[in-house]
Amino acid sequence: MSPRVLFPLLLCTAPLSLGFGLMNGSLPLAPIEVWHALLGNGEGTATEVLWQLRLPRVLAAFVCGGLLALSGVLLQALLRNPLADPYILGISGGAAVGALAAMLLGAGLATTQLSSFTGALLAIVAVFGLGFRHGERNIYRLLLTGVVLSAGCGALISLLLTLAQGEQVKGMLFWLMGDLSHAQGLSLAWFVLLAVGVCATGFSGGLDVLAGGLDKAAALGVAVGRWQAGLYFAAAVLTVIALQLGGSIGFVGLMIPHAIRLLGVSAHRWLIPLSILLGGSFLVLADTLARMVWSPLQLPVGIFTALLGVPVLLWLLSRRS
Amino acid sequence: MQAFLEVRKLTVAIGGKLICRELDMMIRPGECWGVLGQNGVGKTTLLRTLAGLHTPQSGMVSWNGVALAAHTRRNLARHLGVLLQNEVGEFWGSVQEYVLLGRFPYRASLFGYSVQDEALAQQALAQMELEGLAQRPYNTLSGGEQQRAAIAQALAQQAQCYLLDEPLQHLDLRHQAQTMQVFSRLKEQGCALMMVLHDTLWAQRCCDHVLMQFADGHVLHGIAQELLTRTHLEALYQCPLRELSVEGERWFVAGV
Repeated sequence: MSPRVLFPLLLCTAPLSLGFGLMNGSLPLAPIEVWHALLGNGEGTATEVLWQLRLPRVLAAFVCGGLLALSGVLLQALLRNPLADPYILGISGGAAVGALAAMLLGAGLATTQLSSFTGALLAIVAVFGLGFRHGERNIYRLLLTGVVLSAGCGALISLLLTLAQGEQVKGMLFWLMGDLSHAQGLSLAWFVLLAVGVCATGFSGGLDVLAGGLDKAAALGVAVGRWQAGLYFAAAVLTVIALQLGGSIGFVGLMIPHAIRLLGVSAHRWLIPLSILLGGSFLVLADTLARMVWSPLQLPVGIFTALLGVPVLLWLLSRRS
Repeated sequence: MQAFLEVRKLTVAIGGKLICRELDMMIRPGECWGVLGQNGVGKTTLLRTLAGLHTPQSGMVSWNGVALAAHTRRNLARHLGVLLQNEVGEFWGSVQEYVLLGRFPYRASLFGYSVQDEALAQQALAQMELEGLAQRPYNTLSGGEQQRAAIAQALAQQAQCYLLDEPLQHLDLRHQAQTMQVFSRLKEQGCALMMVLHDTLWAQRCCDHVLMQFADGHVLHGIAQELLTRTHLEALYQCPLRELSVEGERWFVAGV
């Protein structure tokens, strides 16, 4: 499919998905009610539900999906590995250990956020310090360092889950599988998504060149070491902010860029904006379903990202072959 | 005439293996060099060193009188085209997009290539007879077609000097001849070329200089006609050769 067709299509899908998210939940709202509430002249409950709960939630889901998809695109270009996703370099592992440790100690939401942020930061510094030693362009060491750190964090997460009790375990599982109900820092997230998205699209030529191999990229004029460091930190920042918004939501960062590629678009100048749009819309849809299916109970959004994404991606793969 | 590439006292090693010791040489405009040697002697490493992609143990390589390290990669890429052997990379786009990457060193706009860049990429595709495959996904091409696309990408770079690692690998006879014709035209236009070859016939036909790399790090280089003799080639490849004369050309065939 041509990107000139896909781009307007996904541009229309974005407001539709946001509208779907605003209308649905434990209290269904008609489109006209949503419209009036948005304009500020709706009925009391609807306006309150919309402005206090739904709008922040769907905006958080959209930006979180965009952040994860963009981070996936950047990491797949950096690591030149189609299995790369925002969590491959141990950032989510570090964040999860931080968050779960805080939960185990009975910390509140703010402390848990701070603790997960600290954990992610420590993981970023450790992976970069060990993986990019002496500025060498050894991407395998970076990848392996991240995978090893993730495994270590996985063991710590299991330990923390074992030590936790009753309700604590449920909270921890929600964090691990993704939960957008406590999303905070929306403005910062939107700013970072737009800033990194525009910059990355601007540098898309270099990303295309990097995909062809490091020596090739250097021969074509890319300062490989600087690009790798820049990509790593950009992807790390995107991932940390996504983790702060919605915990560890899987599937989006790995699969959204592949879905766009399977639709026939691979040049990064299109892949980046299209992945952001699809990632955002997809997570809004998944999160709305997570709120609707067992209403009023809310399920972890990670369940729905996988349940929705797997069949679509398998269909795209079979179509492609 | 000012040399494009100048090599001074260059010693190169990789993984403890000596590739060359205190090599001195110059590649001037309009020269075509063939690099010959047995498998594994380090021809690729030498080429990568000349391209600034491998750090030598000692000595210096300079472009237009200025050390490679003093140039930015972008500036170097506008003058020096490199064709690598067995590229390790994945490209998901079309053949045209792949060839267009050769214009990356000239890309002025952050958000795309200029019309002129696209025209030059198109021209390079035509030179390598790839117009019909321009819209095909690059990763669906055969090995030979991918090699032609890689050469087209290097041509799109419009460099003054080309370092080509086995440019004829995977190519059928027709495309070998056609590719060498393209290189001959570049030479006539004043470009310098250095290419790793395994076929001594192409070295005789197209190269005015050769560089012979021996397993012990010894390097012999000079005028092609003087060095492409049975004695030198037997010493280089460590095997007996038969010399045949076919329509005025000397063919060297490994004796069995």
